Amino acid sequence: MMIPTSEAPAGAAEQLQNIGEATGVFNLTWLMIALPLFGALVLLCGGKRTDSWGHILGCLTVLGSFLIGAIQFLTLLGKDADERAYNQHLYDWLDSGNLQLGVGFQVDQLSICFVLLITFVGFLIHLYSVEYMAHDLRRRRFFGYLNLFISAMLLLVLADSYLLLFVGWEGVGLASYLLIGFWQHVPDYATAAKKAFVMNRVGDIGLLVAMFFMFDQFGSLAFDEVFEAVPGASDGWVTAIGLMLLLGAVGKSAQFPLQAWLLDAMAGPTPVSALIHAATMVTAGVYLIVRSAPIYNLSDTAQLVVAIVGAITLVIGALIGTAKDDIKKALAASTMSQIGYMVLAAGLGPAGYAFAIFHLLTHGFFKAGLFLSAGSVMHGMHDDTDMRRYGALRAAMPITYACFGLGFLAIIGIPPFAGFWSKDKIIEAAFNDNIALGLCALIGAGITAFYMSRVMIMTFFSDKRWDSGVHPHESPKLMTLPLIVLAGGAVLGGGLLINDGIVTWLEPVVGHEEAHHRMPVWALTALTLFVIVVGVAAALKMYQFSPVARTQPQGGVLVHAARHDLYQDTVNEAVLMRPGQWATRFLVWLDHRGLDNLVNGLAALLGGTAGRLRRVQAGFVRSYALTMFGGAALTVLAVLVVRL
Amino acid sequence: MIRLAASETLIPAPNIEYYELSPILIVFGVGVLAVLVEAFLPRAHRLHAQLALCLTGLVAAFVVVCTLTDEAQENARAVPQKVAAEGAVAIDGMTLFLQGTILLLGVVAVLLLAERRLGGEFAASAATVPGSAAEKETTRLGWVQTEIYPLLMFSIGGMLIFPAANDLLLMFVALEVLSLPLYLLCGLARRRRLLSQEAALKYFLLGAFSSAFFLYGIALLYGYAGSVRLSDINAAVSGSEDNDALLLIGMALLAVGLLFKVGAVPFHAWTPDVYQGAPTPVTAFMAAATKVAAFGALLRVFYVGLGGAKWDWHPMFWGVAMVTMLFGSLVALVQTDVKRMLAYSSIAHAGFILVGLVATNAEGLSATMFYLLAYGFSTIAAFAIISLVRDGSGEATHLSQWAGLGRRSPVVAGMFALLLLAFAGIPLTSGFTAKFAVFSASASAGGTPLIVVGVLSSTVAAFFYIRVIVLMFFSAPVTDGPRVAVPSLTTALAVWIGVAVTVFLGVLPQPVLDLADNASFLIS
Amino acid sequence: MDGNVYIPIAVLAALGFGFAAFSVVTGALTGPKRYNRAKLDAYECGIEPTPQPVGGGRVSVKYYTIAMLFIIFDIEIIFLYPWAVTFDSFGISILVEMALFIVTVFVPLIYVWRRGGLDWDH
Repeated sequence: MMIPTSEAPAGAAEQLQNIGEATGVFNLTWLMIALPLFGALVLLCGGKRTDSWGHILGCLTVLGSFLIGAIQFLTLLGKDADERAYNQHLYDWLDSGNLQLGVGFQVDQLSICFVLLITFVGFLIHLYSVEYMAHDLRRRRFFGYLNLFISAMLLLVLADSYLLLFVGWEGVGLASYLLIGFWQHVPDYATAAKKAFVMNRVGDIGLLVAMFFMFDQFGSLAFDEVFEAVPGASDGWVTAIGLMLLLGAVGKSAQFPLQAWLLDAMAGPTPVSALIHAATMVTAGVYLIVRSAPIYNLSDTAQLVVAIVGAITLVIGALIGTAKDDIKKALAASTMSQIGYMVLAAGLGPAGYAFAIFHLLTHGFFKAGLFLSAGSVMHGMHDDTDMRRYGALRAAMPITYACFGLGFLAIIGIPPFAGFWSKDKIIEAAFNDNIALGLCALIGAGITAFYMSRVMIMTFFSDKRWDSGVHPHESPKLMTLPLIVLAGGAVLGGGLLINDGIVTWLEPVVGHEEAHHRMPVWALTALTLFVIVVGVAAALKMYQFSPVARTQPQGGVLVHAARHDLYQDTVNEAVLMRPGQWATRFLVWLDHRGLDNLVNGLAALLGGTAGRLRRVQAGFVRSYALTMFGGAALTVLAVLVVRL
Repeated sequence: MIRLAASETLIPAPNIEYYELSPILIVFGVGVLAVLVEAFLPRAHRLHAQLALCLTGLVAAFVVVCTLTDEAQENARAVPQKVAAEGAVAIDGMTLFLQGTILLLGVVAVLLLAERRLGGEFAASAATVPGSAAEKETTRLGWVQTEIYPLLMFSIGGMLIFPAANDLLLMFVALEVLSLPLYLLCGLARRRRLLSQEAALKYFLLGAFSSAFFLYGIALLYGYAGSVRLSDINAAVSGSEDNDALLLIGMALLAVGLLFKVGAVPFHAWTPDVYQGAPTPVTAFMAAATKVAAFGALLRVFYVGLGGAKWDWHPMFWGVAMVTMLFGSLVALVQTDVKRMLAYSSIAHAGFILVGLVATNAEGLSATMFYLLAYGFSTIAAFAIISLVRDGSGEATHLSQWAGLGRRSPVVAGMFALLLLAFAGIPLTSGFTAKFAVFSASASAGGTPLIVVGVLSSTVAAFFYIRVIVLMFFSAPVTDGPRVAVPSLTTALAVWIGVAVTVFLGVLPQPVLDLADNASFLIS
Repeated sequence: MDGNVYIPIAVLAALGFGFAAFSVVTGALTGPKRYNRAKLDAYECGIEPTPQPVGGGRVSVKYYTIAMLFIIFDIEIIFLYPWAVTFDSFGISILVEMALFIVTVFVPLIYVWRRGGLDWDH
């Protein structure tokens, strides 16, 4: 497998990273995926018999996967840097003619990061859900779906070919879809599930088309073979593949212009939002881009588009976040924005890949923590999500408050919390690459500070605006324990950067490029901190020192736009949905009565008797026969025309 | 009397390879026996006798097909396959693969036809006027029209010949033999009989219309090549350039007749009405097996007979494939009846299969065959499930009635969802493997635009499959909505077979892909 | 293309049309015209025509059954002629094959008979 490293992007000398045959603990890779899958099968097919112990099984399978992953990670740590990639070939899935596809898993520095994130955060969220979903009659099913998700997500990151990755990709889509619609009795929620699915399908087209391009060009879909062959392809094809992969990533990671589904996806239970729509699944797009680094490295155009998409999304997401009163939607907008940062970093090439993954990991922790804390708040507030009816909750739920607070400090980027280290690096890299991208990232940081402070203040500070009869209380231990662990991650996550740890670790896979600085690092950091402080101060002034209305105030045009997700739905409807509907209606009309109408209309016109039109009806054999006759004429014509 | 002295030289003794033809002969023989069963056995015993007879016959024929395949594999490709019956029937890889597929689908169809517990799908006595006293009387007596079994066997026999026919006249005979019993079967529904009879009549009229095109095409090709034998036509196509109009028009008309059978746009108009009106087991059989047979015939005519004129028919098939995929997917979006929706979906699938056909290489052939197998089993199971969802007045096929089905009967709804996902081409189902095989065959033959249209259509198609899944699992159940009836063992078996094949071909497709690969050669 | 081969066909067709036209025209011109009720009736093999309801009407399905049986055996006979002519040269196998064919064709007759299709007054 050829992987470009530490050189200038295009045309650089390339270095091989050897992928060894899986031995020892790496032979258990399949088990990591199989365990949660087994759990899902038992829980979903086992019926009511498994009600009493189902959730325990659900937690244990994920814990098992985590342990395998951890052992593998430790083993990798003990090896030399160039011996940290292993491939386990399971069986030949498809093998016919020029089509050869095996099922195999690849454990390397990049995928093990994801494995740990998915299984560890996944396990915590499973624990949390035991209590959170305790009163739901269908808790067993919920755990079944969660296990299914973990399994699919692991498959996605461990796959050794685009095809297998696609299987996982569809799998997480399905699980996410099932979980968003979990409370299906609310029609809105079912709609949200559908919307998520549709938007994801649009993205999937991109991935599918990219796969066909690759297959067409390279004759393979396995990572190593594709990456080996990429330098031989023409620029046009590489760019096309890169852009199509980006379309896939954009759909899955809720990036511009397919971002609209993520906000609606908050309809799902909060642990789902934490696991799928914050920590893991939505970052799959970033994984796809980083994994495809050898492709993007060869196309400046594709890279630039990636960076621009990231920059646009991070600003849009942040703007939407400023206007949301629903705590989960505000956090979702923030997720969108933070993933925008990651995509931006991934679009910067080898200079940014490692930081994209770094931010992804830290974000996975602090955002999951924030969501779970929000869930804990909702738990204490009778499932109310409107922040305008919160306020001054810090006394009532101190642990939640502390954990949310740590996550808050991490996300807005206050040193020494995790988000500071990761986001700062991205802003720095963006500035080194391009001033405009850097400014977007910087402004985004300011807005992030503002809207996150707003959430923090409206929830835990300012004054009580509770509904009558609501008695906020701290959540049970099983819920607060994961919060505390995740908050620990938010505090300590920056440690990954010590000694350039993560950068060196990932270098064999994604390469690294020393930055040439446009401006001193300390100055940039100071500037970033200043912008953040301004954001916090603005929020303090608007929400802490002036009263918050219990109902949503009118607001100006901008606020209105932000509340409506910058009119993304309207745009989608006008640009995509309506024309599609018209086309369909036209075809149906054509199918049923088009030709018949045409002929009868003609007859009516010629004979001057409009009365004949009344007899027009669908389903007449004669009109079918006429269609056939017309078709036959066309067919003959088509064959004859070709010869001309 | 004068003895014709020269008679010995007038007609040479025909050489009939009974062994190679035995699958066809067995099926027809069983059909004839089944007619005798109808004639002599008392009413009460007919059903079981028919069931045993037909299943035995189909399985026996399948065993012979397997043996033949085995022998062919041993001979490898070194020894060419046989052309039987004086060159009229080609027994080659494709024939055997498709015959095997049709026979297996036939077994499943017989199992579906045998459903009794749900009150039966077929009219007690088809000869009675709908709504008449005679109808009520025969229904009360518990009569069943068991003639469906011989009819089915004759139809299967025709289907076995159709892809094997190496001679256009024989192909035409096969077309009629497979179609005529189907027309009848379509009109035999037990409920909504007028709708069913209307469907049968429509199917018959349009089928006759398309047969006329087919026959006219044969006549023109005969005029061009001086023979109806595909190999002779091929020789004429590669040999000469004169009088092209006969060849081109003949070819186009032949295509019309065959495209009608596969339900490709613009010859699809009959599909929704007939699928909706026909008794559901017949629809299941028709949707699955007819497609296999008709595509087999298409492949043989255009690969073997007209392969030399590839550049003349290629663009036309490209167009038809694209339009069919898009049209089927788009129009299915707005259907409100499950059977109609699946009908349009089957139109779209015809387009996908055409993508494999226009690849015109060995991969295309093998991918097309694999697709037919995969699609056949998913379809037959899907229709079988539709026949289980019932309310007081029979099958509940309106989509609104399916709301919330997933909560009442999660297993059945889950299986239906799985089949829909297979139709949508989601990985780990047979639909994905099949689509992938077809598209990659097309990619290697330079069909990128087709693939783009195909991927787009399958995305569109995914919407309406998903819509049904959403409806089943995420909508509140309608009050006094339909129930999933508990079927008899045969129907349950049919559903399980279909679902199992769908999953198996998605997870472990390799053995079957190998089989299709090995079978992907045509005798010329 | 050499069109000469079609000349005999064309001549034959012309002769056929000519004869028909000649017969009809001369008949109409020269024959006596004395109409009665029997002459104005529809011609039905020389028997009294079956009364038909006004505006056409349904023909009993029995006619169709008999007609179809007739066609089946008609076709069987068509196959029997060449078979009989070449029988000597082929030996026993062709006898068996024809026996099978006849038996097969016989099956529908049995079916129709058992189901009362030959029972005209049923």
